[in-house]
Amino acid sequence: MKFGVVVFPGSNCDRDMQDALQNDLNKEVIMLWHKDKDLSMFSTEDCIVLPGGFSYGDYLRCGAIARFSPMMQSVIDFAKMGGKVLGVCNGFQILCESHLLPGVLLQNANQQFICKNVYISNNATGALKIPIAHGEGRYFANDAVLDELEKNNQVIFRYSDAAGLIDTQFNPNGAVRNIAGIRNKEGNVFGMMPHPERATSALLNNLDGKKVFEFLGLN
Amino acid sequence: MTYNVQIKVMPLKDLLDPQGKAVLGGLKNLGITSVEDVRVGKHITLQIEAASEAAARSVAEEASKKLLSNPVMEFFEIEFVN
Repeated sequence: MKFGVVVFPGSNCDRDMQDALQNDLNKEVIMLWHKDKDLSMFSTEDCIVLPGGFSYGDYLRCGAIARFSPMMQSVIDFAKMGGKVLGVCNGFQILCESHLLPGVLLQNANQQFICKNVYISNNATGALKIPIAHGEGRYFANDAVLDELEKNNQVIFRYSDAAGLIDTQFNPNGAVRNIAGIRNKEGNVFGMMPHPERATSALLNNLDGKKVFEFLGLN
Repeated sequence: MTYNVQIKVMPLKDLLDPQGKAVLGGLKNLGITSVEDVRVGKHITLQIEAASEAAARSVAEEASKKLLSNPVMEFFEIEFVN
């Protein structure tokens, strides 16, 4: 399985993602420029990653303009063919704006940019310590959409404490139902606000990010 | 003919607007205490070359629906100012 990492103007986690995938997960990585659109070197067994950052300066809404870049048209086609796509932080925002994932990421409820380690959990992984760094990470969708997500087991991570207890007091940004990450119904498109690529190296004293990639089948 | 169109994009009424909340706090600090609520949105102006007002409106609506606003979080209103 090889990876493509899309670089938008304003992406700033693209090199972190490349480093984590190449050096910590030993994967082949091809960097992809937003103005290009060629994904012919990838099969649907491969994964395209939309990294964190501030694509197009977050103008209008986070991810709104990136959605219309040439490369995103190819990524949308790739996802619809069943190719794997992972969006982290700004990448998650772009996936929501692209309608590859439902809902939207709103400004944090506490009005602050939050940069710290948090715990996220699901039944399979237990609690993982992963850093967040965002101003607009408050996941929101209406109740009908949320019920559908829950019904199809599409919530991949929720904010929790170190023991895996999911409660609003461990929710850093006000995300509805403590949601930190979701996948699409087909299970090939993943979006999450926390940064697993910042936690894949023993040098950084945190390897929990590797477990995120494993859980998503991206290893 | 060129039509000047103003588009107002506002956060949905049911959603918490942290920016508005922060501005409300600022107004209170300034001593303006009678303001009870603030909501912050966007004001976008478009110059549209079109054959008729109806045609210009349909362009403005398409732009608003597809890019200028996101219906999950916002609503928009279109106004002509010629």
